Amino acid sequence: MPVPTERKAQLLSGNEACVQGAIAAGVRFFAGYPITPSTEIAEGLAVELPKIGGKFIQMEDEIASMGAVIGASLAGLKSMTATSGPGFSLKQENIGFAALTEIPCVIVNVQRYGPSTGLPTSPAQGDIMQARWGTHGDHPAIALMPASVREAFDLTVQAVNLSEELRTPVILLMDEVVGHMRERVELPATDEITVVNRVKPTEDPEHFLPYKPGPNLVPPMPAFGDGYRFHVTGLVHNETGFPSGKGKDGNILVRRLLAKIEQRQPSIAQAELYQADDADIVIVAAGSVARSARAAVKEARAQGLKLGLVRPITAWPFPAEAINSVATTAKAMIVAEMNLGQMIIEVERAACGRVPVIGLNRIDAELITPQDIIARAQEVTKNVR
Amino acid sequence: MNSEVAHIDINEKWCKGCGICIAFCPAKVLVAREDGKAAVANIEACTRCGLCELRCPDYAISVGGKQHASTN
Amino acid sequence: MSVKELVERYCRTSKLPHIWCPGCGNGIIMGAVMRALDKADIDQDKTVIVSGIGCSSRAPGYMNFDTLHTTHGRALAYATGVKMANPDLNVVVLTGDGDCSAIGGNHLIHAARRNINLTVVVFNNSIYGMTGGQYSPLTPTHSYATTAPYGSIDRNFDLCKLVQAAGGTYVARGTTYHTRQLVDQIVAGLGHNGFSFIEVITQCPMYFGRKNKFPSAVDMLKWQQEHAVPVKAAAKMTSEQLAGKFLIGELYHEEAPEYTAVYEKEVIAKARGEVK
Ligand SMILES: Cc1ncc(C[n+]2csc(CCOP(=O)(O)OP(=O)(O)O)c2C)c(N)n1
Ligand code: SF4
Ligand code: SF4
Repeated sequence: MPVPTERKAQLLSGNEACVQGAIAAGVRFFAGYPITPSTEIAEGLAVELPKIGGKFIQMEDEIASMGAVIGASLAGLKSMTATSGPGFSLKQENIGFAALTEIPCVIVNVQRYGPSTGLPTSPAQGDIMQARWGTHGDHPAIALMPASVREAFDLTVQAVNLSEELRTPVILLMDEVVGHMRERVELPATDEITVVNRVKPTEDPEHFLPYKPGPNLVPPMPAFGDGYRFHVTGLVHNETGFPSGKGKDGNILVRRLLAKIEQRQPSIAQAELYQADDADIVIVAAGSVARSARAAVKEARAQGLKLGLVRPITAWPFPAEAINSVATTAKAMIVAEMNLGQMIIEVERAACGRVPVIGLNRIDAELITPQDIIARAQEVTKNVR
Repeated sequence: MNSEVAHIDINEKWCKGCGICIAFCPAKVLVAREDGKAAVANIEACTRCGLCELRCPDYAISVGGKQHASTN
Repeated sequence: MSVKELVERYCRTSKLPHIWCPGCGNGIIMGAVMRALDKADIDQDKTVIVSGIGCSSRAPGYMNFDTLHTTHGRALAYATGVKMANPDLNVVVLTGDGDCSAIGGNHLIHAARRNINLTVVVFNNSIYGMTGGQYSPLTPTHSYATTAPYGSIDRNFDLCKLVQAAGGTYVARGTTYHTRQLVDQIVAGLGHNGFSFIEVITQCPMYFGRKNKFPSAVDMLKWQQEHAVPVKAAAKMTSEQLAGKFLIGELYHEEAPEYTAVYEKEVIAKARGEVK
């Protein structure tokens, strides 16, 4: 099912929408290893990629998949992998390599219950911090959290675009619910989709410095075989791309890697605000939990309780401004997440103590329901009055 | 076999004095200097076999003259 | 081509001299690889050299090609991605014994199984050089290492047999002493359309040598000279005569469908409905 050139309503799961988003964004290489609940992405791309001359390979494990993705990206193809929990852990070292060497690639992590094998088919949002800090050392991170099937498509496209624009690995942080739920969606037509391609160098190979940043702090990137004969290493390097062994160069390089993300305008950080302006209590929730939160807001308002929602679309960079904007008007914030408190750390940081921030956490493999949220909101209302 | 006298170049800066070329030169052309680096002692004996070139880990020794056998 | 021309053409000369210890075999192997690439008349702009982590894996940094110095053990995974994405590129993998047989062992057997067209040159110095002399899966039993202070009790791999069993279609073993033959083995590997594997017995005088009573690199090369038996000669020798020796030369060669070509011919063609 190639991406339709015209809008057409279809019944899709989040994982299927991710497949279509990848194709639409120009992904032409996928390497992966099967794992629930992400497997349908690999299966879908195994079908679709060869139809358009793209390449699919099932590697021997997730480490190899991540390596192959980086290699393929260097050879000039937009590249992606998809995994869940344990596989995401295995990919971390090579995600760090992609970050340091600035190789565009997308890693889809359909979160599942952990740690370890955990509850393989049960939903969780326990990888928010791993998406930020999973690989060692200071490094940039972008992670997008879709809350619907349509958004799984849009954010896959955006993930590919950001990785190409900024030459950095981008994580699509789905959860099991979004990955597996089916919705009727209308995908945009091909000409409605913005596709970003990495910038190639214009200077001749003689004068080319592979890690000399452009105006947006991103160095142009040739492909292997283009005649530039450049070196790529996970060692700290200077603009030449060769290891320098100097802390001074590490300081320049790693700071630039973070800065290229921080200073991008418009900011990558995104959040959706729903009835948050006049809300007494603001729920902060992302991914599938935000769906319950939205329902809770509607229901509570009908009962006279003024709830609102801030839904981070990017887990990283965290949309601190959106939190900030309601931190002075709301009386309390409730951070609802399917983990024992990861996003709440960022919310507290953004709220700067101006408003009480309370967690609502479940790790019993059950969804957080609108009733859970309303009940907690009622409790909080009593206490903050 | 070899009418022309060979010419051996040793790049002092690159030679690390491992002694491989000296030990395995079939014609015993090379010797070690005091600092261990290679030096030519007996150029007349050189058959231009090119083995020193092939085995030098540091690309520090080269045998000049026409049609030496090192890459053929 | 003289060594000067060779270096001028195939090395990033400003990076030389290299970091390797005096007498280290890594430079000999890198030289053999450059000579082989020259002999095979490869297109320098269409050739990618990929390595993992280790002393040996530093080689690509000195080589004037598109070069990729990856993570420890993963060179073959990265190389598989490069080759799949653009099968027109020649992809050469330079890796250490630890890099490809311990942490990267799984990638080795699977790359061999797929018979993907990569040329793999293993720098087998029987030790972890970069981290200071710990034993590897190729350290001969009873040899010493910093982590085998009483002698290693591990049985070591025969990597060539492993690769052949896994499905590799060109398998050869060479040494840094038998350099001329080594060049030819790599040339054959480059010319072979499939997974080519060349194990090179090499010397780490700094760690393996010191720990195992080899006073110098020269002694280690003499050991190679005395213990290597060409495949042809071995055919006429008894098992007693062969005890303690190792075989060099082409150990296995077979023509079999190459992975990226099959992907193109079978998968893409079927997906597009061009063949059933
Ligand atoms: C994931 C990981 N584990 C461990 C290391 C440390 N390490 C660096 S090189 C090396 C061993 C290299 O040995 P080998 O592959 O035989 O290469 P040599 O240095 O002998 O050429 C190890 C263990 C690392 N860099 N990464
Ligand atoms: S082989 Fe090379 S490095 Fe070693 S002594 Fe001879 S010239 Fe010097
Ligand atoms: S430690 Fe061993 S392998 Fe590493 S450069 Fe020195 S001699 Fe070579």
